[in-house]
Amino acid sequence: MKTPSPTGTLAAWSGYRINLVGLVSFSVVLFWALMALLAPYITPHSVGAMIDMDYFGPMRPGLWLGSDYLGRDMLSRVIFGARYTVGISLAAVSIACFTGVVLGMTSAVLGGTVDMVVSRLLDAMNSIPSKLFGLMVVAAVGSSIPVLILTMSVIYIPGSYRFSRALAVNIDTMDFIMVARIRGERLPYLIGSEILPNIIGPVLADLGLRFVFIVLLLSGLSFLGLGVQPPFADWGALVRENIGGLPFAAPAVIVPSLAIASLTISINLLIDNLPQKIRDRSAP
Amino acid sequence: MKTRVPSLILGRLFIALITLTIVSFAVFFATTLLPGDTATILLGQSATPEAIAGLRTAMHLDEPALLRFFYWIIGLFQGDLGTSYANHVPVATLIGGRLLNTLKLAGLTTLVSVPLALTLGITAAMWRRTLYDRIVTIATIGIISVPEFVIATSAVLVFAVYLKWLPALSITYNVDSFAGLLRAYAMPVITLTFGVSAQMIRMTRAAVIETMNTPYVEMALLKGASRPRLVLRHALPNALSPIANAVALSLSYLVGGVIIVETIFNYPGIAKLMVDAVSTRDLPLIQSCAMIFCVGYLLLITTADIVAILSNPRLR
Repeated sequence: MKTPSPTGTLAAWSGYRINLVGLVSFSVVLFWALMALLAPYITPHSVGAMIDMDYFGPMRPGLWLGSDYLGRDMLSRVIFGARYTVGISLAAVSIACFTGVVLGMTSAVLGGTVDMVVSRLLDAMNSIPSKLFGLMVVAAVGSSIPVLILTMSVIYIPGSYRFSRALAVNIDTMDFIMVARIRGERLPYLIGSEILPNIIGPVLADLGLRFVFIVLLLSGLSFLGLGVQPPFADWGALVRENIGGLPFAAPAVIVPSLAIASLTISINLLIDNLPQKIRDRSAP
Repeated sequence: MKTRVPSLILGRLFIALITLTIVSFAVFFATTLLPGDTATILLGQSATPEAIAGLRTAMHLDEPALLRFFYWIIGLFQGDLGTSYANHVPVATLIGGRLLNTLKLAGLTTLVSVPLALTLGITAAMWRRTLYDRIVTIATIGIISVPEFVIATSAVLVFAVYLKWLPALSITYNVDSFAGLLRAYAMPVITLTFGVSAQMIRMTRAAVIETMNTPYVEMALLKGASRPRLVLRHALPNALSPIANAVALSLSYLVGGVIIVETIFNYPGIAKLMVDAVSTRDLPLIQSCAMIFCVGYLLLITTADIVAILSNPRLR
């Protein structure tokens, strides 16, 4: 089988080849990140202000994305929604991946009983469907932003653990780890300075994918009315609020759906098109 | 030669059993160790302390949590799922018919999506790197990356709003005629099929392509076999095990999918029941529904593993 030459190569930036799809998806991700960061400075109207006489208004100058079911400006609400969707997911994915990766590397280095017990427990957790877990926690303690962040990070720790453990086990058999062990290095040094630098590429790619899962789960919960609660609204909650506009194809329900899709699809495509060097370094 | 298959399968079933125990533990404690006294909730604020104390004893509420966990598990095995807080009806009666509805939905989706996904996945692998393959790949990435409710709303927009073939959200379940049945199930099944198939197509395509890279397929290529023959005759038989695995794994997506789909289309299934129970904090109902979902999910992923073991010729 012939391997295709990379098409659409734009630049050789720091030795990595970047293609067009990767660049476009990177721009979309960057765009939403900026929207989330700058939200209070760029929204044309106040998020809560009812400025349209009509509800589910169409797109028109001044109300570029139409109005929602209470006549509020959809553009402002979507920009602020980015803040909740991106912010909550980012916080959750950071906790999940940090915990998962540290546990995974520790298990790989220690091996034996610790490895077995942790792996079994996290595998069991992995067999609770994620949406169900979310529903149960919300039923138990109610929904608030810190609860959402913690729940979603707990849900995605097992996956991150499994992935990083598999990578770390491979590295653990290398000679330089043996040398470090003989030198008498302790666990924190072994995982932080010997193993982590060798698996950081795939771990970051995995973090991106897990971010997508978390965005999907968060939007799903919010859509069910069990995620971000009013007066705040993330993109999932925006779709839920405006679902009544669906039969007349109101922009208020289409735009937040498109926002979610553009973010998640872009991240997936970006990771698919990452330079091979970053993505597959020492992958199993 | 001694076969390792039975011991491998037994081992897998054992792991599933342990997992189920841990999961039921988690379900029970997640929902019982919360603020609020069950007896007070049941009897209301105006109940006398004596009545509350009586009910607490009758419901074993003053016993240790671990003991209550065992009572609960034993009850589950005897078919006693408890009584709903919200309307004082036995949970089993609430669940009965609805479980059947959900199974119908899941079964129909399986019937539609498995043949569809296998055909698309295998043909995409067969004509790899053609325009057809690219379209299939991009479409599946797109579908996998969006939440189920976006698929659902897009399906409503396309089929109900623009094409006007099907009713939008407010479905009346008039299933007397075949056409009525078709209309009632069409939207939920279409939505679920998209999600399930996208996963299955990706995994099937990857599995076939994986076997395409083996030396014996290269041999067949050099021998001059045509592309379809190469895939169907040489690669496919060896890709069957990962494909069967992929089918079972993708079907576990149904568990998350039905929760959204039943809510958005107002389908009277068990997932809708559970979402409603969460909003009213009806714990016995939530516990039972959660256990049903977990068992279903575990059943599917265990089946996926066992199928993989059974169809691996190297283990026979």
